[in-house]
Amino acid sequence: MQVTAIRDGTVIDHIDSEATFKVADILQVQQEQNMVLVGMNLASGGLGKKGIIKIENRKLTPDEVNKIALIAPQATLNIISDFEVVEKTQVELPERIERIVKCFNPRCVTNQHPLMTKFEVVRSSPPALRCLYCERVMSGDEIILK
Amino acid sequence: MREFDREKILRVLEVAAEMEGDPRRPLLEGYVLGIMFLEPSTRTRLSFASAMMRLGGQVLDFGASEQSSFKKGESFADAVRMVAGYCDVIAIRHPWEGAARLAAEISGLPVINGGDGANQHPTQTFLDLYTIKKTHGRIEGLNVGFLGDLRYSRTVHSLAEALSHFGCRQFFISPDLLKAPRHLLDELKDHGVEFEEFGELSDVLPSLDVLYCTRIQEERFADRLEYEQVKSFYRVDRALLERCGVKDSLRIMHPLPRVDELAEDVDDTPYAVYFQQARNGVPVRQALLAMVLGKA
Repeated sequence: MQVTAIRDGTVIDHIDSEATFKVADILQVQQEQNMVLVGMNLASGGLGKKGIIKIENRKLTPDEVNKIALIAPQATLNIISDFEVVEKTQVELPERIERIVKCFNPRCVTNQHPLMTKFEVVRSSPPALRCLYCERVMSGDEIILK
Repeated sequence: MREFDREKILRVLEVAAEMEGDPRRPLLEGYVLGIMFLEPSTRTRLSFASAMMRLGGQVLDFGASEQSSFKKGESFADAVRMVAGYCDVIAIRHPWEGAARLAAEISGLPVINGGDGANQHPTQTFLDLYTIKKTHGRIEGLNVGFLGDLRYSRTVHSLAEALSHFGCRQFFISPDLLKAPRHLLDELKDHGVEFEEFGELSDVLPSLDVLYCTRIQEERFADRLEYEQVKSFYRVDRALLERCGVKDSLRIMHPLPRVDELAEDVDDTPYAVYFQQARNGVPVRQALLAMVLGKA
């Protein structure tokens, strides 16, 4: 293993290598007090090259998982306990996303009035979201994380 | 319109036909419609008011934004809460896209969208569909052409999406600058709709069952000369119809008001249904008001 194992915590694996530091930003690792290991451009059978982030003593919130699913839809989450993988899941977008994305339409009511954004996931990979207010569909660079 | 599948659309049209057959019945006696139109409107606003009153209900008009509490800086949410305290159903028009949905969430009342920015104008779509059904006896499988400003026209976007439930072939005829937006065409593609884009109306007019005209606005063009040149290509008059050899069953629609994109010499032809289309707004809005209040 090229990246050191952690005793307890979370490993985000199979990140599209180019998205590694975006995922690190989502997790605000620069403010993390526990050990954080970030690997980029690691060999991967499926992705060719992958990124990996290990954070000791941390579980991700549902919002963090959803944000990762938006920018790294192939990523896997491994919960580590006593050096063992006790749970392994593929990130998956829920049917609906709230709060974490800004609508890219400047005329949308959510950009004019303080309220929680709500989106329907119309496609998981690559992700496409429909704003439940203005009904515009956004994908790629149009998906702006809050 | 997204909330309506084919069956729900047809149900609205069915109730509208019942209303048209018997327009003055006291279904909504004792109910109050609050009209919050924060963008200019004459037809839609009066059509809602007429629809409600003919069903025995009452109307409270919130008034133009410059006369209302907005001038005092009241927020949209507070204004909606205020209006909701005085009525049973709200019809709203607002420049913010999604405002009607927000109003429904805040008020807890049925809210009918009278137009939200460049997004949707669903009651116009229902009266457009009703007009097509009345004049052709069906909606299924028709060739429908959209002419003029396809980029900014919410009536075009709404109707194109609704027609995707009925297997219509759709034709988009416009200058390059005003082509139908990519997100609309992608949506149609996802629904398996057959469509084509054209720059010239005469190329497709002979095959159309419905021609839906929209006004090309001068303010969309930076160059006035370009605007003058372009708009003449998208003007419909009797001479064009005779020259192109249109179907006898062609029906020409327009959401009105028109300026000069649809010549008055078309008005007396059997093709012109735009005035009937405008009148159809009342039974359609009667149907929607009765249905959202559980009376139909």
